[in-house]
Amino acid sequence: MSTPEPSNTAAPAAPASSSESSSELRVIEDATCTFCGCVCDDMVLTVEGNRITKAKNACVLGKAWFFNHHIEDRPEALIDGEPAGYDAAMDRAAEILLSAKFPLTYGLSDTTSEAQRVAVAITDWIGGIIDTTTSVCHGPSGIAFQGVGEVTCSLGEVKNRADYVIFWGGNPAESHPRHFTKYSLMPKGEFVPRGRKDRTAVLIDVRKTKSAKAVDHFLQVKPRRDFELAWALRALARGLELDESIEETTGIKLEKLHEIMDGMKRAKFGVILFGMGVTMTRGKHLNSEAILALARDMNQHTRWNAKPMRGHGNVTGADNVVTWSTGFPFGVHLGSGFPRFNPGEFTASDVLARGEADAALIIASDPMSNFSQPARDHLASIPSVVLDPKLSDTARTAAVAFTVSTYGINTGGTVYRMDDIPIPLRPAFESPFKSDLEILRGIESRIRQIQLADVSLDKSDETSADVA
Amino acid sequence: MPESFILIPGRTSRQGTTLSEGKSTAGYIEEISTLQMAAEDMQRLELEDGDLVRVYNDVGEITVPCKAARGDELPPGLLFISYGDQSSRLMGGDTHGSGMPDSKGLDVFLEPATAPATAPTAAPTAAPTAAPTAPTSSESPE
Repeated sequence: MSTPEPSNTAAPAAPASSSESSSELRVIEDATCTFCGCVCDDMVLTVEGNRITKAKNACVLGKAWFFNHHIEDRPEALIDGEPAGYDAAMDRAAEILLSAKFPLTYGLSDTTSEAQRVAVAITDWIGGIIDTTTSVCHGPSGIAFQGVGEVTCSLGEVKNRADYVIFWGGNPAESHPRHFTKYSLMPKGEFVPRGRKDRTAVLIDVRKTKSAKAVDHFLQVKPRRDFELAWALRALARGLELDESIEETTGIKLEKLHEIMDGMKRAKFGVILFGMGVTMTRGKHLNSEAILALARDMNQHTRWNAKPMRGHGNVTGADNVVTWSTGFPFGVHLGSGFPRFNPGEFTASDVLARGEADAALIIASDPMSNFSQPARDHLASIPSVVLDPKLSDTARTAAVAFTVSTYGINTGGTVYRMDDIPIPLRPAFESPFKSDLEILRGIESRIRQIQLADVSLDKSDETSADVA
Repeated sequence: MPESFILIPGRTSRQGTTLSEGKSTAGYIEEISTLQMAAEDMQRLELEDGDLVRVYNDVGEITVPCKAARGDELPPGLLFISYGDQSSRLMGGDTHGSGMPDSKGLDVFLEPATAPATAPTAAPTAAPTAAPTAPTSSESPE
């Protein structure tokens, strides 16, 4: 639990001051891209005024991220759609959240861990639910970790050691474009000195995506048969006989499965990198469990690991912060005075679709454009407080919508890479808009002032009664 | 006559780049509102790139233009669409106790259409519930 203000977190790196940023050309070295979970921290940004004009080392997604987050001509905040100042908006936000009986805090994948920490604190003060975009990303893998554990490693170990890499239910060529070249396929590492030549790569997917061109073996699994395929490989890992009918079940010939398993057993260091094709498909956490169990079983033969391919910039940070704050990674109810974790009961999709939440604090997320229709309908019907650099569909329907600066471009702080490695941000230029952290601290401060004033009033009432 | 398919919503490079440009940009809206199909399926249904198709299940429906997937990226019977407002209209609210709605591998029906039932914009509007008719293959939607 954090104190209202000031926070005891380290001060985030300050962006270049506006006085420097008129039209002077500046170069920011070792900047960090926060678009996807790779969190590449070797960006070289050229900044002209309040605009990034070059992003050396950035992939196509990173370039689009850097080139399209400039300062927009928008009000600091909107209250019921009308322009407002930050102070009035923070007052109204605190009022909404304190009035709610079952408030939901959601989002958090595209903000700093410093801001995530304050969002957890606010949720605790108001007795709400804290959930993050993890629940509709690798939440099922989070459930699976609790079921079977996770044999894990860092991407640095993958780069330096992995000689057998399986991509399962993901398309890194399009979703994490630098993963192949920076970590998993191409780089020369300490124990894989020839880079790609020292690695065997496999792709398992229902679609023959662009990633298929980068691998040695493409296994086109039938839709919704990932669990069966993982279970078949587990059987082969244990030396059990499989029937030829496995081809009918999974779409993969038994002979091919034997070939893959032989390669997996011969590997010195293997890793399964699995995506949302696994977690979003029928079976969900059971699919993740099967893959994690396969990696665990393979350690009877050689060293194997399994890692989820995480999506938005700091979704892994959200897991870390919510876990070290509450003991659970997402879908946590704090209204009983202690944390309760129950996916399905305390996850955002569910509490919205069932019409349970009566107010929402949405940070750096746009559920109005990607949640189920019943969830969207309910979210539109309750008062919400939204923090977003862009005027998203969710911000458009908010009772209070804050315009905030963009993390990593205007705001410093900490972001976790997909392998749980914390990385500092080096912002490029200043924004006239406040950061998520500043807004959340302002809301938390107001909430505490009101709550503490109520406590003081209660005490004075008790004292008066005693005297009487 | 509608046919049953399995729909895979997912990420693409273009969805990622246009997302940063803005969800109201023409590029983003076009990317999340275009359905990819196997060329064999399009040929059988006498569809050409840009033709409108109606895709529906027990949750909702969308009417979007279709196009042939690159090469052999999609096997027959499978559809692909970039994540976004359109794909989410076919996603149910129930997560079966997991917190995650069924978001990939969705059973849907598809038939050629003449006019959009829902405008392909990011504006959230209620999707009409369509009662599925009998599937033409042995695999029926749940």
